[in-house]
Amino acid sequence: MRLLAALVLAGITAWAQNLQPVVIRGANIVTVSGPIIAKGTLILRDGLIEAVGTNIPIPPDAWIVEGEGLTIYPGLIDAASNWGMPPNLAPGPGRGGQNVAPPARGPEDRPATTSWVKAADELRVADPRFERVRAAGFTSAVVFPMRGIFCGQGSVVNLAGDKPAAMVLAPSAGQFLTMSPSGNGFPAALMGTIAYIRQIYLDARYYSALKDAYARDPRSMRRPDYDRALEGVLESKRILLPASRVVEIDRMLRFAAELGQPAILYGMQEGFRATELLKNVKPNTSVLVSLKWPERPRDANPADVDSYRDLELRDRAPSTPAALGKAGIPFAFYSDGLDQPRDLQKAVNKAIAAGLSRQDAVRALTLTPAEIYGVADRIGSIEKGKIANLVVTRGELFEDTTKVEMVFIDGRRYFTAPEADTSASRAPLTRENER
Amino acid sequence: MRARFFTAALTCAMALRAETIVIRNATILTVSNGTLKGSILVRDGKIADLGDQIKIPEGARIVDASGQYVMPGIIDCHSHIAIEGNVNEPSVSVSSMVDVRDVIDPEDISIYRALAGGVTTANILHGSANAVGGQTVVLKMRWGKPAREMIFEGALPGLKLALGENPKRAGSPSAGVATAARYPATRMGIEDTIRQAFLEAKAYKAKWDDYNARSARGESVLAPRKDLKLEPLKEVLEGKRFVHVHCYRADEILMLLRLADEYGFKIRTLQHALEGYKVAKEIAAHGAGVSTFSDWWSYKVEAFDAIPYNAAILQRKGVLVSINSDDAELMRRLNTEAAKAMKYGGLSETEALALVTLNPAKQLGIEDRVGSIERGKDADLVIYDKHPLSNYAKVQKVFIDGQIYFDRNEESKNWNAKQAQKQNLLQKERAN
Repeated sequence: MRLLAALVLAGITAWAQNLQPVVIRGANIVTVSGPIIAKGTLILRDGLIEAVGTNIPIPPDAWIVEGEGLTIYPGLIDAASNWGMPPNLAPGPGRGGQNVAPPARGPEDRPATTSWVKAADELRVADPRFERVRAAGFTSAVVFPMRGIFCGQGSVVNLAGDKPAAMVLAPSAGQFLTMSPSGNGFPAALMGTIAYIRQIYLDARYYSALKDAYARDPRSMRRPDYDRALEGVLESKRILLPASRVVEIDRMLRFAAELGQPAILYGMQEGFRATELLKNVKPNTSVLVSLKWPERPRDANPADVDSYRDLELRDRAPSTPAALGKAGIPFAFYSDGLDQPRDLQKAVNKAIAAGLSRQDAVRALTLTPAEIYGVADRIGSIEKGKIANLVVTRGELFEDTTKVEMVFIDGRRYFTAPEADTSASRAPLTRENER
Repeated sequence: MRARFFTAALTCAMALRAETIVIRNATILTVSNGTLKGSILVRDGKIADLGDQIKIPEGARIVDASGQYVMPGIIDCHSHIAIEGNVNEPSVSVSSMVDVRDVIDPEDISIYRALAGGVTTANILHGSANAVGGQTVVLKMRWGKPAREMIFEGALPGLKLALGENPKRAGSPSAGVATAARYPATRMGIEDTIRQAFLEAKAYKAKWDDYNARSARGESVLAPRKDLKLEPLKEVLEGKRFVHVHCYRADEILMLLRLADEYGFKIRTLQHALEGYKVAKEIAAHGAGVSTFSDWWSYKVEAFDAIPYNAAILQRKGVLVSINSDDAELMRRLNTEAAKAMKYGGLSETEALALVTLNPAKQLGIEDRVGSIERGKDADLVIYDKHPLSNYAKVQKVFIDGQIYFDRNEESKNWNAKQAQKQNLLQKERAN
């Protein structure tokens, strides 16, 4: 066994990137889109999956990895993430913090709005979290700017690459919204935030109508002012809305329908109570379950006794994925601030312990998020022609004893360092890390 | 398991809705038509019949109310419960774009507590921080139902205005409010702010009227921009939305009545109006209702001239008066708040009860549905063990639309089981 590992290592050193096809043979292949292939063969070439199955002829120029005892899954996808995002995007009007802007006086000041910002344009290749989460098996994420009300547009990205441009799979994945008040003038209450969002969509519709009319005949018509906030909203194909409690899920389902927007509700902590509500939602509405389960705050006063509702929420939140699974409601997981492999694995395990099948857990981190964002033709499962994003484990994913051996991103192999090192490591992602 | 429980609960609720109920041997305080001894027949959520000759239909559920009192569900004309987040949008002086309807929290425990105090309907208002506040909504206390199903079907929504200390406080440099000082900081400024808002709304309305007229003529014109701040003000000008005004002093009340007359709209209710008794005639002439406190006074400068005779004096001068709570706790005992108007001002029992039932129903324009025990009205009923105007009266059962939403027996029966469940959860969490 040790000999094999040594051989593999030696092989990688000699492996010329992207020129030589890679073959993994004799491994268990969890395709997600189809049945599990026992002792299967996988051929990767030019960053894509060239072939998958059994009895596949091996190209003579291929570099062969013996997959005995290994399991291959599609690379995991974080369905809403801030990995790779700078901690602070430039503050716009009414953004709080060190803002210089005067307080917003109303919707016309477009408070807490950076709808035109695209995650793909802000991506930091050197984010140390990339290496960490690869060790948990993540190869892609849908990353979003997450500050403000209209925070900006997310992008589907790979979690490794030489330069940001090469990491982007889909630049515009949707507009991320929060319901947080702006912190600087209007809106300062939840009802103000909702009114603001409603007004923005009314304005966007009006703006489109004006622009159309102007495009038809610009003569004898005052040209409409360019509005980047509305442009950003109009070019977003879907919106992400926060919804944790069942009251919020109900409210946001209605709100999305009112706005006429395809929507993704994120949070879902109380989703275990909302299956009836979610069963009949339109096909253009999806749900993301936060992997950050509610916990008693560490600094809580020991003398305080929590309400029944809080206790129940903390007890039952991890049963949300199982409940959604049983009700046939597709969902994806998202990291919600977690970025340590152990935390991520523990969080998924909690859902499994609360009744989620391992298979559904894998799907919620692979094919379902890919489907939600319309990139299932590229990633999310192991199929011929898809991008070679894979995670290779010894043991089943999410088992405590399982080790993520390596991940492939765009067909390139990345080894995962032991966790103790990664948590301390601030090493930027460079070729050395690829060994 | 949980899902099955919910389905069971749902079927149960549906069965309840269709259930025919007879409340018998009760003292019935109809409010609109005196007091009588007898039975109330509830069918399809409505009061089907009442009197001492009611035949019990087959299969009807019988609620024996021997020695007990039934009154119409209490209506609170001024409440801020069941609002998620801040009850004010405190950043701007004209916040008419915000709507309480958007932030209803049907799981606010205050709803259940209000229910346990006999309240079946409440006018949920935006706070009083802004000269022009937010849009308001009337809710039935249908505890356990989602937000949309709590909304009183067909009740006209309102718009909150506010005068005096609260809306000018945010403008004061010494306010200590986190937001920057804002206009207005004086009572003059408040009048100006409201006037400006309605001026803008008038222009906005004219733009839309013009557009509607032209597109009706078949002209191809672009619709004007829809402005959520001005829409509710336009609706006020069109009589499609009630105005509820937070106010205290006589001078500001007169100011607003004149402003409303000038712009051609009606003030539906003056809320608080603790100096209302000073200008009762003017209020009556405008046709505004007053929703006031029983005997709360002196908690702020503009409440110094309050007298507990306010409700009675206004009523005698021909103003439609109600007593409200403005508070989740006080909301649970509005029956005794109403009783105070008998001691101060000498109102009759029925007049006192009307202060928290029929009168607020009229003020909210829902008196054809609720506010008294009459044939055809919603079966929103409260059973008390003693006369509801007594300090010793306790709510036993509360019906909304003929469905039981609070039952003291059930509540105390479940208490121990709930406590045990909570202890289990606590222990489980500590063990982990």
